[in-house]
Amino acid sequence: MRHLLSAADLDRDQALTILETAAQMHEVQHREVKKLPALRGRTVVNLFFEDSTRTRSSFEIAGKWLSADVINISAKGSSVSKGESLRDTVTTVAAMGIDGMVIRHHASGAPAQVADWIDAVVVNAGDGTHEHPTQALLDAYSISRRIGDLAGKHVVIAGDLTHSRVVRSNLLLLKTLGAQVTLVAPPTLMPSGVAAWSEAAGFATTYDFDAVLPDADAVMMLRVQKERMSGGYFPTPREYTVGYGLTRQRLKLLSPNAVIAHPGPMNRGLEITADAADEARSLILDQVSAGVAVRMSVLYHLLGGAQ
Amino acid sequence: MLLGIPRRGATLAARLAEAIAEVEGVHVPTGSLDVTMYRDDLRLQPIRAAAPTQIPPAGIDDAVVVLVDDVLFHGRTVRAALDAIGDLGRPRAVRLAVLIDRGHRELPIRADHVGKNLPTALSERVQVSLVEDDGVDEVRIADAADASEVTP
Repeated sequence: MRHLLSAADLDRDQALTILETAAQMHEVQHREVKKLPALRGRTVVNLFFEDSTRTRSSFEIAGKWLSADVINISAKGSSVSKGESLRDTVTTVAAMGIDGMVIRHHASGAPAQVADWIDAVVVNAGDGTHEHPTQALLDAYSISRRIGDLAGKHVVIAGDLTHSRVVRSNLLLLKTLGAQVTLVAPPTLMPSGVAAWSEAAGFATTYDFDAVLPDADAVMMLRVQKERMSGGYFPTPREYTVGYGLTRQRLKLLSPNAVIAHPGPMNRGLEITADAADEARSLILDQVSAGVAVRMSVLYHLLGGAQ
Repeated sequence: MLLGIPRRGATLAARLAEAIAEVEGVHVPTGSLDVTMYRDDLRLQPIRAAAPTQIPPAGIDDAVVVLVDDVLFHGRTVRAALDAIGDLGRPRAVRLAVLIDRGHRELPIRADHVGKNLPTALSERVQVSLVEDDGVDEVRIADAADASEVTP
Protein backbone atom coordinates (compact mmCIF):
# COMPACT_ATOMS: atom_id res chain seq x y z
CA MET A 1 0.00 0.00 0.00
CA ARG A 2 1.76 3.14 -1.16
CA HIS A 3 -1.11 5.64 -1.12
CA LEU A 4 -4.50 5.67 0.56
CA LEU A 5 -6.85 6.76 -2.19
CA SER A 6 -9.79 4.46 -1.60
CA ALA A 7 -11.02 2.24 1.20
CA ALA A 8 -10.73 -0.53 -1.39
CA ASP A 9 -6.92 -0.16 -1.24
CA LEU A 10 -7.01 -2.00 2.08
CA ASP A 11 -7.39 -5.73 2.46
CA ARG A 12 -8.76 -7.14 5.70
CA ASP A 13 -5.34 -7.61 7.32
CA GLN A 14 -4.14 -4.14 6.45
CA ALA A 15 -7.36 -2.57 7.70
CA LEU A 16 -7.16 -4.47 10.98
CA THR A 17 -3.49 -3.54 11.41
CA ILE A 18 -4.30 0.14 10.93
CA LEU A 19 -7.16 -0.08 13.42
CA GLU A 20 -4.95 -1.91 15.92
CA THR A 21 -2.18 0.66 15.62
CA ALA A 22 -4.81 3.39 15.98
CA ALA A 23 -5.72 1.94 19.37
CA GLN A 24 -2.08 2.34 20.47
CA MET A 25 -2.00 5.87 19.05
CA HIS A 26 -5.19 6.68 20.93
CA GLU A 27 -3.39 6.05 24.17
CA VAL A 28 -0.85 8.78 23.31
CA GLN A 29 -3.72 11.29 23.38
CA HIS A 30 -3.96 10.88 27.15
CA ARG A 31 -0.28 11.42 27.82
CA GLU A 32 1.29 14.57 29.08
CA VAL A 33 3.85 14.56 26.26
CA LYS A 34 1.78 13.85 23.15
CA LYS A 35 4.63 13.18 20.82
CA LEU A 36 6.10 10.14 19.10
CA PRO A 37 9.28 10.45 17.05
CA ALA A 38 8.17 8.04 14.29
CA LEU A 39 7.95 10.61 11.45
CA ARG A 40 10.76 12.92 12.53
CA GLY A 41 12.21 14.68 9.50
CA ARG A 42 9.25 13.90 7.25
CA THR A 43 7.17 16.68 5.77
CA VAL A 44 3.44 16.36 5.17
CA VAL A 45 1.40 18.94 3.29
CA ASN A 46 -2.33 19.23 3.87
CA LEU A 47 -3.73 20.57 0.62
CA PHE A 48 -7.40 21.46 1.07
CA PHE A 49 -9.47 22.72 -1.83
CA GLU A 50 -12.67 22.44 0.21
CA ASP A 51 -13.65 23.70 3.64
CA SER A 52 -12.99 21.38 6.53
CA THR A 53 -12.55 21.70 10.27
CA ARG A 54 -12.21 18.27 11.75
CA THR A 55 -10.48 16.44 8.93
CA ARG A 56 -7.84 19.08 8.35
CA SER A 57 -7.15 19.80 11.99
CA SER A 58 -7.01 16.11 12.88
CA PHE A 59 -4.58 15.40 10.04
CA GLU A 60 -2.51 18.34 11.24
CA ILE A 61 -2.49 17.18 14.85
CA ALA A 62 -1.82 13.59 13.76
CA GLY A 63 1.22 14.64 11.75
CA LYS A 64 2.54 16.86 14.53
CA TRP A 65 2.14 14.24 17.23
CA LEU A 66 4.20 11.90 15.07
CA SER A 67 6.87 14.63 14.84
CA ALA A 68 6.39 15.26 11.12
CA ASP A 69 6.56 18.83 9.84
CA VAL A 70 3.06 19.75 8.72
CA ILE A 71 2.12 22.55 6.37
CA ASN A 72 -1.45 23.54 5.58
CA ILE A 73 -2.38 24.98 2.25
CA SER A 74 -5.97 25.89 1.49
CA ALA A 75 -7.29 26.97 -1.86
CA LYS A 76 -8.32 30.33 -0.48
CA GLY A 77 -5.24 32.46 -0.08
CA SER A 78 -3.03 30.29 -2.30
CA SER A 79 -2.10 30.55 -5.97
CA VAL A 80 -5.19 28.48 -6.73
CA SER A 81 -7.23 31.65 -6.38
CA LYS A 82 -4.96 33.21 -9.03
CA GLY A 83 -6.05 30.51 -11.44
CA GLU A 84 -3.23 27.99 -11.11
CA SER A 85 -4.20 24.49 -12.25
CA LEU A 86 -4.34 21.54 -9.87
CA ARG A 87 -1.39 19.92 -11.60
CA ASP A 88 0.79 23.01 -11.34
CA THR A 89 -0.14 23.52 -7.71
CA VAL A 90 0.66 19.98 -6.58
CA THR A 91 3.84 19.62 -8.62
CA THR A 92 5.05 22.97 -7.27
CA VAL A 93 4.42 21.91 -3.70
CA ALA A 94 5.90 18.47 -4.35
CA ALA A 95 9.04 20.05 -5.84
CA MET A 96 9.82 21.48 -2.41
CA GLY A 97 10.69 17.95 -1.32
CA ILE A 98 7.70 16.78 0.67
CA ASP A 99 7.11 13.18 1.72
CA GLY A 100 3.35 13.08 1.99
CA MET A 101 0.37 15.01 0.67
CA VAL A 102 -3.05 14.89 2.23
CA ILE A 103 -5.53 16.18 -0.30
CA ARG A 104 -9.18 17.16 -0.27
CA HIS A 105 -10.70 18.25 -3.55
CA HIS A 106 -14.19 18.89 -4.87
CA ALA A 107 -13.55 16.76 -7.95
CA SER A 108 -13.99 13.00 -7.57
CA GLY A 109 -10.77 11.22 -8.47
CA ALA A 110 -8.47 14.22 -7.93
CA PRO A 111 -6.23 12.46 -5.37
CA ALA A 112 -5.76 9.47 -7.67
CA GLN A 113 -4.75 11.84 -10.43
CA VAL A 114 -2.34 13.65 -8.11
CA ALA A 115 -0.76 10.35 -7.10
CA ASP A 116 0.24 9.88 -10.74
CA TRP A 117 1.83 13.30 -10.92
CA ILE A 118 4.01 13.37 -7.81
CA ASP A 119 6.39 11.04 -5.99
CA ALA A 120 5.10 11.72 -2.49
CA VAL A 121 2.63 9.50 -0.66
CA VAL A 122 -0.93 10.70 -1.28
CA VAL A 123 -3.78 10.39 1.21
CA ASN A 124 -7.32 11.06 0.06
CA ALA A 125 -9.04 13.29 2.62
CA GLY A 126 -12.26 13.44 0.64
CA ASP A 127 -12.76 13.83 -3.10
CA GLY A 128 -16.05 15.12 -4.46
CA THR A 129 -18.81 12.56 -3.99
CA HIS A 130 -16.36 9.69 -4.35
CA GLU A 131 -14.51 8.60 -1.21
CA HIS A 132 -13.23 9.57 2.21
CA PRO A 133 -11.28 6.52 3.40
CA THR A 134 -9.91 7.87 6.69
CA GLN A 135 -13.45 8.74 7.78
CA ALA A 136 -14.48 5.15 7.10
CA LEU A 137 -11.52 3.90 9.12
CA LEU A 138 -12.37 6.09 12.09
CA ASP A 139 -16.04 5.10 11.90
CA ALA A 140 -15.07 1.44 11.90
CA TYR A 141 -12.64 2.10 14.74
CA SER A 142 -15.19 3.91 16.93
CA ILE A 143 -17.93 1.36 16.28
CA SER A 144 -15.74 -1.67 16.88
CA ARG A 145 -14.34 -0.18 20.08
CA ARG A 146 -17.89 -0.15 21.41
CA ILE A 147 -19.45 -3.30 19.95
CA GLY A 148 -16.42 -5.48 19.15
CA ASP A 149 -15.34 -7.17 15.92
CA LEU A 150 -17.47 -5.98 13.02
CA ALA A 151 -17.62 -9.35 11.27
CA GLY A 152 -21.28 -10.39 11.05
CA LYS A 153 -22.53 -7.14 12.62
CA HIS A 154 -25.39 -5.27 10.97
CA VAL A 155 -24.63 -1.64 10.15
CA VAL A 156 -27.40 0.63 8.85
CA ILE A 157 -26.32 3.75 6.99
CA ALA A 158 -29.06 6.33 6.48
CA GLY A 159 -29.22 9.68 4.77
CA ASP A 160 -28.05 11.42 1.64
CA LEU A 161 -26.44 8.53 -0.20
CA THR A 162 -26.21 10.33 -3.51
CA HIS A 163 -23.83 13.05 -2.40
CA SER A 164 -22.01 11.23 0.37
CA ARG A 165 -18.39 10.21 -0.12
CA VAL A 166 -18.41 8.84 3.40
CA VAL A 167 -20.92 6.15 2.49
CA ARG A 168 -18.85 4.82 -0.41
CA SER A 169 -15.74 4.41 1.69
CA ASN A 170 -17.71 3.00 4.58
CA LEU A 171 -19.43 0.46 2.39
CA LEU A 172 -16.13 -0.78 0.97
CA LEU A 173 -14.41 -0.96 4.34
CA LEU A 174 -17.34 -2.52 6.20
CA LYS A 175 -17.57 -5.23 3.55
CA THR A 176 -13.82 -5.84 3.88
CA LEU A 177 -14.29 -6.19 7.62
CA GLY A 178 -17.16 -8.63 7.14
CA ALA A 179 -20.09 -6.51 8.30
CA GLN A 180 -23.57 -6.70 6.84
CA VAL A 181 -24.67 -3.31 5.50
CA THR A 182 -28.08 -1.83 4.77
CA LEU A 183 -28.40 1.56 3.10
CA VAL A 184 -31.45 3.71 3.78
CA ALA A 185 -32.46 6.83 1.89
CA PRO A 186 -35.50 8.51 0.41
CA PRO A 187 -35.95 7.51 -3.26
CA THR A 188 -34.68 10.90 -4.43
CA LEU A 189 -31.39 10.52 -2.56
CA MET A 190 -30.80 6.87 -3.48
CA PRO A 191 -28.05 6.86 -6.14
CA SER A 192 -29.28 5.82 -9.56
CA GLY A 193 -28.21 2.31 -10.50
CA VAL A 194 -27.88 1.31 -6.86
CA ALA A 195 -29.65 -1.99 -7.53
CA ALA A 196 -26.89 -3.29 -9.78
CA TRP A 197 -24.26 -1.93 -7.43
CA SER A 198 -25.82 -3.52 -4.34
CA GLU A 199 -26.03 -6.88 -6.03
CA ALA A 200 -22.36 -6.80 -7.03
CA ALA A 201 -21.14 -5.49 -3.68
CA GLY A 202 -23.50 -7.51 -1.50
CA PHE A 203 -25.45 -4.99 0.55
CA ALA A 204 -29.16 -4.24 0.96
CA THR A 205 -31.07 -1.03 0.28
CA THR A 206 -34.44 0.12 1.54
CA TYR A 207 -36.64 3.21 1.77
CA ASP A 208 -38.12 2.05 5.08
CA PHE A 209 -35.92 3.23 7.95
CA ASP A 210 -38.21 1.95 10.75
CA ALA A 211 -38.15 -1.61 9.41
CA VAL A 212 -34.38 -2.05 9.68
CA LEU A 213 -33.74 -0.28 13.00
CA PRO A 214 -34.65 -3.09 15.44
CA ASP A 215 -32.08 -5.41 13.86
CA ALA A 216 -29.22 -2.90 13.69
CA ASP A 217 -26.00 -3.15 15.73
CA ALA A 218 -24.93 0.31 14.58
CA VAL A 219 -26.71 3.18 12.86
CA MET A 220 -24.67 5.67 10.94
CA MET A 221 -26.48 8.89 10.09
CA LEU A 222 -25.18 10.90 7.15
CA ARG A 223 -25.36 14.65 6.98
CA VAL A 224 -27.93 16.25 4.72
CA GLN A 225 -25.58 18.32 2.62
CA LYS A 226 -27.50 21.57 2.40
CA GLU A 227 -24.87 23.00 0.06
CA ARG A 228 -25.74 20.32 -2.49
CA MET A 229 -29.52 20.39 -1.91
CA SER A 230 -30.48 22.68 -4.76
CA GLY A 231 -32.17 19.90 -6.72
CA GLY A 232 -35.44 19.68 -4.75
CA TYR A 233 -34.67 16.28 -3.25
CA PHE A 234 -37.35 16.59 -0.59
CA PRO A 235 -40.23 19.05 -0.13
CA THR A 236 -39.34 20.41 3.29
CA PRO A 237 -36.71 19.67 5.95
CA ARG A 238 -39.54 18.67 8.29
CA GLU A 239 -40.66 15.99 5.86
CA TYR A 240 -37.13 14.60 5.69
CA THR A 241 -36.95 14.41 9.48
CA VAL A 242 -40.24 12.55 9.70
CA GLY A 243 -39.20 9.96 7.15
CA TYR A 244 -35.45 9.63 7.66
CA GLY A 245 -34.32 11.55 10.73
CA LEU A 246 -33.13 9.72 13.85
CA THR A 247 -35.95 11.00 16.04
CA ARG A 248 -36.94 10.20 19.60
CA GLN A 249 -39.55 7.71 18.33
CA ARG A 250 -36.95 5.89 16.23
CA LEU A 251 -34.54 5.71 19.15
CA LYS A 252 -37.06 3.47 20.88
CA LEU A 253 -36.91 1.01 17.97
CA LEU A 254 -33.17 0.71 18.34
CA SER A 255 -31.67 -2.09 20.44
CA PRO A 256 -30.24 -0.86 23.76
CA ASN A 257 -26.81 -2.18 22.73
CA ALA A 258 -26.77 -0.54 19.31
CA VAL A 259 -24.59 2.50 18.74
CA ILE A 260 -25.19 5.73 16.82
CA ALA A 261 -22.56 7.32 14.62
CA HIS A 262 -22.48 10.54 12.61
CA PRO A 263 -19.45 11.77 10.67
CA GLY A 264 -20.28 15.40 11.46
CA PRO A 265 -20.92 18.22 11.14
CA MET A 266 -24.45 17.51 12.36
CA ASN A 267 -27.64 19.28 11.38
CA ARG A 268 -29.33 18.91 14.74
CA GLY A 269 -33.07 18.65 14.30
CA LEU A 270 -32.76 17.62 10.65
CA GLU A 271 -31.16 14.20 10.24
CA ILE A 272 -30.52 13.66 13.94
CA THR A 273 -32.30 15.02 17.01
CA ALA A 274 -30.46 16.26 20.06
CA ASP A 275 -31.83 13.27 22.01
CA ALA A 276 -30.05 10.87 19.69
CA ALA A 277 -26.86 12.89 19.31
CA ASP A 278 -26.28 13.32 23.03
CA GLU A 279 -27.30 9.97 24.43
CA ALA A 280 -25.02 7.30 25.82
CA ARG A 281 -25.23 5.13 22.70
CA SER A 282 -23.94 7.98 20.58
CA LEU A 283 -20.34 7.71 19.35
CA ILE A 284 -20.16 11.17 17.89
CA LEU A 285 -17.55 12.61 20.25
CA ASP A 286 -15.65 9.31 20.24
CA GLN A 287 -15.45 9.65 16.47
CA VAL A 288 -13.79 13.04 16.72
CA SER A 289 -11.19 11.85 19.20
CA ALA A 290 -10.66 8.67 17.18
CA GLY A 291 -10.03 10.84 14.11
CA VAL A 292 -6.60 11.88 15.32
CA ALA A 293 -5.59 8.37 16.37
CA VAL A 294 -6.71 6.79 13.12
CA ARG A 295 -4.97 9.43 11.01
CA MET A 296 -1.79 9.00 13.04
CA SER A 297 -1.99 5.31 12.29
CA VAL A 298 -2.54 5.94 8.57
CA LEU A 299 0.36 8.41 8.33
CA TYR A 300 2.60 6.06 10.27
CA HIS A 301 1.78 3.10 8.02
CA LEU A 302 2.29 5.10 4.84
CA LEU A 303 5.33 7.15 5.84
CA GLY A 304 6.95 5.41 8.82
CA GLY A 305 8.74 2.50 7.18
CA ALA A 306 11.15 1.95 4.33
CA GLN A 307 9.79 3.52 1.18
CA MET B 1 7.87 -0.93 38.70
CA LEU B 2 8.42 -3.50 35.96
CA LEU B 3 7.99 -2.41 32.34
CA GLY B 4 8.25 -5.14 29.73
CA ILE B 5 9.01 -4.47 26.08
CA PRO B 6 6.40 -6.33 23.98
CA ARG B 7 5.89 -9.03 23.23
CA ARG B 8 8.15 -11.34 25.17
CA GLY B 9 9.58 -8.72 27.49
CA ALA B 10 6.06 -7.91 28.64
CA THR B 11 5.39 -11.59 29.28
CA LEU B 12 8.64 -11.89 31.24
CA ALA B 13 7.76 -8.79 33.30
CA ALA B 14 4.44 -10.35 34.25
CA ARG B 15 6.23 -13.56 35.28
CA LEU B 16 8.80 -11.65 37.32
CA ALA B 17 6.04 -9.77 39.12
CA GLU B 18 4.39 -13.08 39.94
CA ALA B 19 7.64 -14.55 41.25
CA ILE B 20 8.33 -11.46 43.37
CA ALA B 21 4.82 -11.65 44.83
CA GLU B 22 5.37 -15.30 45.69
CA VAL B 23 8.80 -14.89 47.28
CA GLU B 24 8.62 -11.45 48.82
CA GLY B 25 4.87 -11.03 49.18
CA VAL B 26 5.16 -7.64 47.52
CA HIS B 27 2.99 -6.58 44.63
CA VAL B 28 5.06 -4.74 42.03
CA PRO B 29 3.17 -2.57 39.52
CA THR B 30 3.75 -4.02 36.06
CA GLY B 31 3.16 -2.67 32.59
CA SER B 32 4.33 -2.81 29.02
CA LEU B 33 6.16 -0.25 26.95
CA ASP B 34 6.05 -0.35 23.17
CA VAL B 35 9.12 1.19 21.57
CA THR B 36 8.25 0.74 17.89
CA MET B 37 7.80 4.47 17.29
CA TYR B 38 11.15 5.23 18.89
CA ARG B 39 13.30 2.77 16.93
CA ASP B 40 16.21 4.20 14.97
CA ASP B 41 15.78 1.59 12.23
CA LEU B 42 12.11 2.44 11.64
CA ARG B 43 12.62 3.72 8.14
CA LEU B 44 15.07 1.01 7.15
CA GLN B 45 12.53 -1.75 7.61
CA PRO B 46 9.06 -2.58 6.40
CA ILE B 47 6.37 -1.09 8.60
CA ARG B 48 5.51 -2.88 11.81
CA ALA B 49 2.34 -2.57 13.82
CA ALA B 50 2.54 -0.94 17.22
CA ALA B 51 2.11 -3.09 20.32
CA PRO B 52 0.23 -1.97 23.41
CA THR B 53 1.77 0.37 25.97
CA GLN B 54 0.21 -0.01 29.39
CA ILE B 55 1.64 2.13 32.13
CA PRO B 56 0.42 1.43 35.69
CA PRO B 57 -2.08 4.15 36.70
CA ALA B 58 0.30 5.72 39.24
CA GLY B 59 2.62 6.77 36.39
CA ILE B 60 6.39 6.43 36.29
CA ASP B 61 7.36 9.72 37.95
CA ASP B 62 9.77 9.07 40.84
CA ALA B 63 9.46 5.30 40.45
CA VAL B 64 12.36 2.91 40.03
CA VAL B 65 11.58 1.44 36.64
CA VAL B 66 13.03 -1.92 35.68
CA LEU B 67 12.89 -2.47 31.94
CA VAL B 68 12.45 -6.10 31.00
CA ASP B 69 13.33 -7.65 27.65
CA ASP B 70 14.07 -11.12 26.37
CA VAL B 71 17.37 -10.64 24.53
CA LEU B 72 19.93 -7.85 24.88
CA PHE B 73 21.89 -7.55 21.64
CA HIS B 74 22.92 -4.23 20.06
CA GLY B 75 21.25 -2.23 22.80
CA ARG B 76 19.22 -0.23 20.30
CA THR B 77 15.86 -1.42 21.59
CA VAL B 78 16.89 -0.32 25.08
CA ARG B 79 17.94 3.08 23.77
CA ALA B 80 14.50 3.42 22.15
CA ALA B 81 12.89 2.39 25.44
CA LEU B 82 14.87 5.04 27.32
CA ASP B 83 13.59 7.67 24.89
CA ALA B 84 10.04 6.39 25.30
CA ILE B 85 10.37 6.58 29.09
CA GLY B 86 11.58 10.17 28.77
CA ASP B 87 8.29 11.08 27.10
CA LEU B 88 6.23 9.38 29.79
CA GLY B 89 7.73 10.99 32.85
CA ARG B 90 10.83 11.19 35.03
CA PRO B 91 11.57 8.01 36.96
CA ARG B 92 13.94 8.09 39.93
CA ALA B 93 16.07 5.41 38.27
CA VAL B 94 15.88 3.07 35.30
CA ARG B 95 17.36 -0.42 35.45
CA LEU B 96 17.49 -3.16 32.87
CA ALA B 97 16.70 -6.85 33.30
CA VAL B 98 17.14 -9.29 30.42
CA LEU B 99 16.77 -13.03 30.10
CA ILE B 100 19.66 -13.41 27.66
CA ASP B 101 22.64 -11.15 27.11
CA ARG B 102 24.20 -12.21 23.82
CA GLY B 103 26.82 -9.46 23.56
CA HIS B 104 27.70 -7.37 20.47
CA ARG B 105 26.62 -4.04 21.95
CA GLU B 106 26.63 -1.06 19.59
CA LEU B 107 25.75 1.49 22.26
CA PRO B 108 27.08 2.16 25.78
CA ILE B 109 24.30 0.14 27.45
CA ARG B 110 24.54 -2.69 29.97
CA ALA B 111 22.05 -4.80 31.86
CA ASP B 112 21.68 -4.68 35.67
CA HIS B 113 20.13 -8.13 35.90
CA VAL B 114 20.95 -10.90 33.44
CA GLY B 115 19.35 -14.35 33.33
CA LYS B 116 22.15 -15.87 31.27
CA ASN B 117 25.15 -14.58 29.39
CA LEU B 118 25.19 -16.32 26.06
CA PRO B 119 28.29 -15.79 23.90
CA THR B 120 27.19 -15.82 20.29
CA ALA B 121 28.51 -15.10 16.84
CA LEU B 122 27.03 -12.15 15.00
CA SER B 123 25.67 -14.42 12.30
CA GLU B 124 23.65 -16.47 14.79
CA ARG B 125 20.09 -15.73 15.85
CA VAL B 126 18.83 -16.06 19.40
CA GLN B 127 15.15 -16.92 19.60
CA VAL B 128 13.37 -16.89 22.95
CA SER B 129 10.06 -18.73 23.12
CA LEU B 130 7.69 -18.48 26.06
CA VAL B 131 4.69 -20.63 26.91
CA GLU B 132 2.31 -17.63 26.90
CA ASP B 133 3.37 -16.40 23.46
CA ASP B 134 4.72 -19.47 21.68
CA GLY B 135 3.42 -22.48 23.62
CA VAL B 136 6.84 -23.60 24.85
CA ASP B 137 9.65 -22.28 27.09
CA GLU B 138 12.97 -22.43 25.27
CA VAL B 139 15.90 -20.44 23.98
CA ARG B 140 17.32 -21.37 20.62
CA ILE B 141 20.51 -20.32 18.93
CA ALA B 142 19.99 -20.70 15.25
CA ASP B 143 22.40 -20.50 12.33
CA ALA B 144 21.04 -19.84 8.91
CA ALA B 145 20.61 -23.63 8.55
CA ASP B 146 20.66 -25.64 11.80
CA ALA B 147 19.14 -24.83 15.18
CA SER B 148 20.37 -26.06 18.54
CA GLU B 149 18.58 -25.90 21.84
CA VAL B 150 20.41 -24.37 24.81
CA THR B 151 18.22 -24.10 27.87
CA PRO B 152 14.92 -25.89 28.02
